[in-house]
Amino acid sequence: MTEIPTADVRIDTAVLAVEPKPFTSGGGELRAHGVTAWFGKHCIVAGVDMEMPAGSVTSIIGPSGCGKSTFLRTLNRMHELVPSAAMAGEVRLDGVDIYAPGSRPSLMRLRIGMVFQKPNPFPTMSIGENVLSGLKLAGIPCRDKAGMTERCLTRAGLWSEVKDRLGAPAGALSGGQQQRLCIARSLAVSPRVLLMDEPCSALDPSSTMRIEETVREISAQVTVVIVTHNMQQAARVSDYTAFFLADKGEPGRIVEFGPTGELFNAPNDPRTEDYIHGRFG
Amino acid sequence: MAATVPTVPAPALPQPRKVRRSPREIAERPATILAAVGAAMALIFLVTPLSGLPGWALCTYAGFVVADAFDVYRTDGPVVAKDRVATVLIATAGVCTVVPLILIVAYVVSKGLHGVTKSFFTETLEKVGPSDPATVGGAKHAIIGTVEQVGLATILATPLGLMTAVHLTQSRGRLARVTRVLVDAMSGIPSIVAGLFIYTMWVVRFHEGFSGLAAAMALAVLMLPTVARTAEEVIKLVPNGLRESSLALGAPEWKTTVRIILPAARSGLVTATVLGVSRIAGETAPLLMTAFGSDSVNTNPWHGAQSALPLFAFQRVRNAIPTQIARGWAGALVLIVLVLTLFTLARAVAARGRKAR
Repeated sequence: MTEIPTADVRIDTAVLAVEPKPFTSGGGELRAHGVTAWFGKHCIVAGVDMEMPAGSVTSIIGPSGCGKSTFLRTLNRMHELVPSAAMAGEVRLDGVDIYAPGSRPSLMRLRIGMVFQKPNPFPTMSIGENVLSGLKLAGIPCRDKAGMTERCLTRAGLWSEVKDRLGAPAGALSGGQQQRLCIARSLAVSPRVLLMDEPCSALDPSSTMRIEETVREISAQVTVVIVTHNMQQAARVSDYTAFFLADKGEPGRIVEFGPTGELFNAPNDPRTEDYIHGRFG
Repeated sequence: MAATVPTVPAPALPQPRKVRRSPREIAERPATILAAVGAAMALIFLVTPLSGLPGWALCTYAGFVVADAFDVYRTDGPVVAKDRVATVLIATAGVCTVVPLILIVAYVVSKGLHGVTKSFFTETLEKVGPSDPATVGGAKHAIIGTVEQVGLATILATPLGLMTAVHLTQSRGRLARVTRVLVDAMSGIPSIVAGLFIYTMWVVRFHEGFSGLAAAMALAVLMLPTVARTAEEVIKLVPNGLRESSLALGAPEWKTTVRIILPAARSGLVTATVLGVSRIAGETAPLLMTAFGSDSVNTNPWHGAQSALPLFAFQRVRNAIPTQIARGWAGALVLIVLVLTLFTLARAVAARGRKAR
């Protein structure tokens, strides 16, 4: 394998260090308590208790169909967009139940952002417009648009690659660049938590590496929860790891949750050990 | 991204190979066709009750398909032969679709072109007598009527149609399903019924009399389902990921629809509108009871009978006088050109809007 150039990343980090206060929000604490989710009568995931401390990176691993993505989507009320979806339990952001009666889903999603598996920049907008689209869509005024664009793109590790063509259509970027643009777009609304649903599964190894760099950099200001099929990735980027598993015909449940190092080196549950050593799934 | 720079110069690209048929293959093709024609002759005169030019054409075609397939089968086997038969049949279907269209346009052009003079656009039929030549008088009143009626109908039906499409795609209630069935039923309304509906509900009941507006309303009834269903299909093509990422950014649903989904479907929505316009521009039946028709200019679409190009063509062609019939064909030609121009223009605007982004 050829060596992946890291010069660009270093430049971005340098800019970040000069920035006095990059973001106002400092990452929120997210707690899931007894989260259970259904599609129609089919229970996908049941009784998940998880605590995602402020400013940490938590990864969720597990075989396909164990309810990782569904659980992730309950964390910012995206689950309920599917007509037959239902959920039970509590999700608390800094102690406030996001499913409390009267809480607006759009406000909760503003605080708990999401990056999807497939990069999906808005095709009718330029690169710069994409970054600021969240502010526009949520109706948040922004005085320093140029500064905001630069800060977000820098934090997503994309600034040096696109600074000369902010007016170009977003669709012209490569897949990895598009995904970093989506991260920049999510960061622009200063979320307290960023959920990432297999953000690298459609990308090549070098783009994956850049995204992982980005995740590590932003975790100081934003709590990150990342679903991944790649166990090395979970081990590299996260502080905590949760292992989900679903028996045949049963809803997915959390098998083990703990600091990433412990879970990978000394798992308590034999099923966790089997999975991380590739013996099933 | 400049990851690695190649140090070895790239090798010269090979020349593309020329794929040529062998002389034997070339010689065999006309033989196939000859055999087909021979077989066709035999079929017509010996076996089938077919006769005349249509029978000859049909038999030649069948003979050609069989002979051609056999020829390919001999050299390349059954799979290639089947592929050849499918290719021939599909090409035939394509030709059968395009040829009538070309014939219709060519016929209208040949019949109507000499009637399209300068006076056709600047004069009316107000002072035209039965003995006047075709170069006197024109369809200015009908062109004005068509532009006003179709324009008004578009203004009425497009926003309603687009909003219906948004409702059908973005809301997930039982009401959306009922609406879809109703819109489908609405697209099956015969145009004469739309005209009768406006006639009884507006022209007679409210004593409004004939007017361009009444015609526009009848046309809007016909246009609405076309716009709604086409726009629905187009909006459905917008990837769901765009909607989700907008919502995940904290956008309310209405802003997601207005700022993200509709712009992404933009050029398709223009097409939906244009399809709606071409659906109604040639409608004659509903105009009989709403615009009624007239021989003089009436620029006021709110009041009084108005003419329109399809109505003009219909009323002229029914006449016994050759010059009037010629005017009718000219009206039909102008109508076709009008719709075609609009279609091209709208597509160009939509394409440019997308490129400018």
